[in-house]
Amino acid sequence: MALTAVNTTKNNQPVQNDELFVYNTKNLNLWYGDHHALKNINLGIKEREVTAIIGPSGCGKSTYIKTLNRMIDLVPGVKTNGQIEYRNRDIFSKEFLVEELRTRVGMVFQKPNPFPKSIYENIAFGLKIHGIKNKQIITETVEKSLRGAALWDEVKDRIHEPAYGLSGGQQQRLCIARCLALEPDVILMDEPTSALDPVSTLKVEELIQELKEKYSIIIVTHNMQQAARISDKTAFFLNGEVVEFDSTDTIFNNPADSRTDDYISGRFG
Amino acid sequence: MKTTNKELSPVQQLLEKKYNSGFLNRSEKVIPVVLFIMAAVSVLTTLGIVLTLIFETITFFGDVSIVEFFTAKEWYPFSGTDPVYGIWPLVLGTLKITLIASLFAIPIGLAVALYLSEYASARTRKIMKPILEVLAGVPTIVYGFFALTFVTPLLRQLFPSLELFNAISPGLVVGIMIIPTIVSLSEDALSSVPESVRQGALALGSTKWETASKVIFPAALSGILASIVLGVSRAIGETMIVSIAAGSTPSAALDLTSSLQTMTSYIVQVTTGDAGFGTTIYYSIYSVGFTLFVFTLLMNILAQFISKRFREEY
Repeated sequence: MALTAVNTTKNNQPVQNDELFVYNTKNLNLWYGDHHALKNINLGIKEREVTAIIGPSGCGKSTYIKTLNRMIDLVPGVKTNGQIEYRNRDIFSKEFLVEELRTRVGMVFQKPNPFPKSIYENIAFGLKIHGIKNKQIITETVEKSLRGAALWDEVKDRIHEPAYGLSGGQQQRLCIARCLALEPDVILMDEPTSALDPVSTLKVEELIQELKEKYSIIIVTHNMQQAARISDKTAFFLNGEVVEFDSTDTIFNNPADSRTDDYISGRFG
Repeated sequence: MKTTNKELSPVQQLLEKKYNSGFLNRSEKVIPVVLFIMAAVSVLTTLGIVLTLIFETITFFGDVSIVEFFTAKEWYPFSGTDPVYGIWPLVLGTLKITLIASLFAIPIGLAVALYLSEYASARTRKIMKPILEVLAGVPTIVYGFFALTFVTPLLRQLFPSLELFNAISPGLVVGIMIIPTIVSLSEDALSSVPESVRQGALALGSTKWETASKVIFPAALSGILASIVLGVSRAIGETMIVSIAAGSTPSAALDLTSSLQTMTSYIVQVTTGDAGFGTTIYYSIYSVGFTLFVFTLLMNILAQFISKRFREEY
């Protein structure tokens, strides 16, 4: 009975089985200056599932995912209230260092953003800043992460060459490998395939399917077919609100809200 | 034929006229010629200066032995009976000033650049950068008097053994002069590292300082080194500050507290004095100028090499 534990805007009760959930968002509001971008968001995100967030442009889906690892802090003039708990810890509290949160919660961006360093150094970077100096551990982790991101076979002969020599799809998988090196709990993906060609997109989607065995994945996508293909749960955002959050199957085949139905059947957005 | 029968619309008429006049053809041929002449003028001027330097230097070496020039440890051209022309004291003077200026300006310049690009708010940056750039526009003679009448007395209160003319005060002020160059170019290099790279590092849990020092700084290294080389070149070629505040005593001593003379201030001394045309002293300024030119040329080559070698694509 997964759905009983799922929190929706219609069912504003706090989630009971907190330990199953990586993220619990309670009455989250967010403003960019005067613009009310997220309105009373309540979502419980379960571990080892792929949760897709869909919705038209400007609905707040990217804002929401960036709030989960507090990358939103980089935007000047952002105000929030409400709560986001990561593993029962308030992510906005002073005791929870933002660096620790971002170490446990990896992020893959819309456009591949490798560092202007070698492939090897791109992955070693995360380990080094967290104080891991043992060369053997680093080298092993680099290989493991590249294998984890299904990139090893393509780059194993040139891991000391610049990352910018890779194709866009390879760069995006390198960015995923860069996350995996820190063995995160959750991976946030903000439209990770929107800058990729169809073949690279397919590879990344296959990768997400494999990663979900070990990681909880939250993915923002404007591609509804992608959400339907890869996710277990789907949240539909509209104008800063969660219209509906349910199993992907229900959202795409039997949505409760007529707006969800209109959106997934392509009548707007 | 349909088109011949038809009345041409005003736009069509104008287009017809444009393409029938042949003006476009001619003007497009003239433009590159004009631009080439402009380019040639500046290249030829540079060439002319270099050739003059070389020929007059050769004339100088007709009077003075080239071995003496490089090996003698003394620069004493004004002795009527026994002048000595060893370039080393002048080179040493220039190196002293450049070294002090660099040690002072590079750390401060880089710190300011990092602050402006990674930490300062947009508002602070908007106020501070133009102010620093004004500093770059202050005439060097003003800096020279600042060194002689403010910095030197201040330093002499702290260190009474410091002479009125010394290396430290003008060195520091030359450093102040080149800080804006280093800040401005380094800040440009740091700011042009894409925001997405910055976010990638932060999203891995690195702190602001780790992001700035381990990702952004290395990514901008080629621009930063180029800014340093440019700043150091300006220090080597700086004339007014050292002429006013460093003295005019060519010195082979490593001491920084006493009067010295740089290559540039020697040239000023001779050109503002009354060395007659055609005398050995007159030609000596070309040999010094040529040495100075070699120094700045080497710095330029170094800058080129650095920006190629350390370029990180993003």
